[in-house]
Amino acid sequence: MQLLNGMTGALIGSAIAAVGILTAPLYVDLFQIMQLTVFAAMAVLALSLGFIWGYGGILCFGQTSFFGLGAYTYAVAAINFADSTPAILLAILIPVIFAALLGYFMIYGGISDVYLGVITLTVSLILFNLVNSTAGDFYKIGDARLGGFNGMPGVPTFNLPGNPGYILTPEQAWMVTGIALIVVYLGLRLLIASSFGRIIIAIRENETRAALLGYDPRIYKLITFMIGGAIAGFAGALYVNWGAFVSPTIFALGLSAQIIIWVIIGGRGTLIGPIIGCLLLQWLVTEIGAQQAFDANFVLGAILIVFVLLVPKGIAPTLRDMVMSRFAERGDAPPDVSVKVKT
Amino acid sequence: MSAPLLQTSGLTIRFGGVTAVDRVDFTLKESELRCLIGPNGAGKSTFFKLLTGQLRPTEGHVHLRGQDISGARPHEIARQGVGIKTQVPNVFNAMTVQENLWIAARHKHTPNFATELTEQILTDLRLTAIAGKEVGQLAHGQRQWVEIGTVLAGEPELILLDEPAAGMTHEEVERTADLIQEINKTRALIVVEHDMQFIKMIAKTVTVLHQGAVLIEDDVARVLEDARVRDVYLGKGLAA
Ligand SMILES: Nc1ncnc2c1ncn2[C@@H]1O[C@H](COP(=O)(O)OP(=O)(O)OP(=O)(O)O)[C@@H](O)[C@H]1O
Ligand SMILES: [Mg+2]
Repeated sequence: MQLLNGMTGALIGSAIAAVGILTAPLYVDLFQIMQLTVFAAMAVLALSLGFIWGYGGILCFGQTSFFGLGAYTYAVAAINFADSTPAILLAILIPVIFAALLGYFMIYGGISDVYLGVITLTVSLILFNLVNSTAGDFYKIGDARLGGFNGMPGVPTFNLPGNPGYILTPEQAWMVTGIALIVVYLGLRLLIASSFGRIIIAIRENETRAALLGYDPRIYKLITFMIGGAIAGFAGALYVNWGAFVSPTIFALGLSAQIIIWVIIGGRGTLIGPIIGCLLLQWLVTEIGAQQAFDANFVLGAILIVFVLLVPKGIAPTLRDMVMSRFAERGDAPPDVSVKVKT
Repeated sequence: MSAPLLQTSGLTIRFGGVTAVDRVDFTLKESELRCLIGPNGAGKSTFFKLLTGQLRPTEGHVHLRGQDISGARPHEIARQGVGIKTQVPNVFNAMTVQENLWIAARHKHTPNFATELTEQILTDLRLTAIAGKEVGQLAHGQRQWVEIGTVLAGEPELILLDEPAAGMTHEEVERTADLIQEINKTRALIVVEHDMQFIKMIAKTVTVLHQGAVLIEDDVARVLEDARVRDVYLGKGLAA
């Protein structure tokens, strides 16, 4: 029952958001539509970290590795195939394979949580340097020149599946990106409510206990890590579709840090939190950039410190607790917003 | 003749200079209830960690029904039917009592059956009233019960309980003793406990560990009368 209530809430919320996304082009201008599109693509990336960190307990400092790999894979494949559909699929597949290899090495190698953070960060920096040094005609994959630090301009954007001749308009691309965010969100909600989801939360809570009950924590963590890689890769494809461009800065330290800040501020252990944190901070950074009165990084840092000190749980869990205690005061049973085991 | 349920031979673990478990030969028959006692630091918990794969032996072997499980990983041993309530509670703190048990039951069963089994155990252990509470919020005694329930929900054939009565009221201790005897009707157990009243309530055969080695293993009455056992508990030591 509780599961149903939680899911019903998510479904109603998602339906409202979907209506908003589909009608947005009616009352929002093109410039804003473009901005919303990149926000939504980044929110998918935020979800990938929110999932593996908040539910799997895996703090990956280099989630941009999978994001960037997805972006470059999409770009290379879209140029070669002149069709976005297989390119999107590859942008998910390649990061998953990479996550499987990297995750296997780290998780089955028994590397501690702290070192996992360090290694993932290092990997993203290695990828940055690697791609950065691919300038010149020599570095080509098929028809696609990797372009080194200049990046890859003019990447074909999304077309209608099965009809490469029909390129989506910016409004349509927005709708695809926005709906993709909702689909990823709902998919993760279902996953978390499933047995697999309950088990990964149990492992996050107490790995020893889970193992003593017969669960092999390693395989669950690896699969969680791979799902995170898949979602981040997909976000990479959405991102390239927005700008028709990708450059090595996608692997850079700044973005890695930002994703973590989005999740901390929005709230770990929820899925809506990372989305809220991502949208809010991107909007803020854009506003600050437009005003040019403050340095955006400075403001981001200040916000992070304020949150860590005053709202350590993040926005979404704090709001949830406030609603719960309000209900408790009135003596009503609180509505159960967290997903519970199916009963 | 079939192999005993559990058998260790020359089981040893050393931490640097400390030999925490010292050449222990231990045999447990099917559906036996054994009490394991010994002063603080005797190596009881370490012995349990060796049996459940949380530590790897430096030397020696553990056989479960004739199969060598020394050095196997905790989840592999758990799948062979060994369940443990650890001395320091290992529970899923942010999850409810119901969820803790459900996760355990889910390993062998479908989600629906796991839910039924969970309900059953919650009723048996009188935990239904707190089923929806987060385990992290509970008192120590209650957390012990939740962990025992979690172990039962995993339906192991051999159950290891490390100080199950610690932090319980007198009434709870008696209930725990009853519960252990109830469990023992169908399953084998090894129980570590310091509370001698409790040991007298449940014990048949008692094994005493001292400085990692088996000091004596005999009927409970004889063990409690033994002068050497009194000595180690009074801290005189054997050498004196
Ligand atoms: N990981 C470890 N590293 C070093 N020494 C250890 C380790 N684990 C246990 N020991 C030592 O091994 C000895 C046995 O400890 P153990 O916890 O097994 O005793 P115990 O019989 O369970 O005692 P208690 O009744 O206090 O629970 C102690 O001297 C302890 O300090
Ligand atoms: Mg102990």
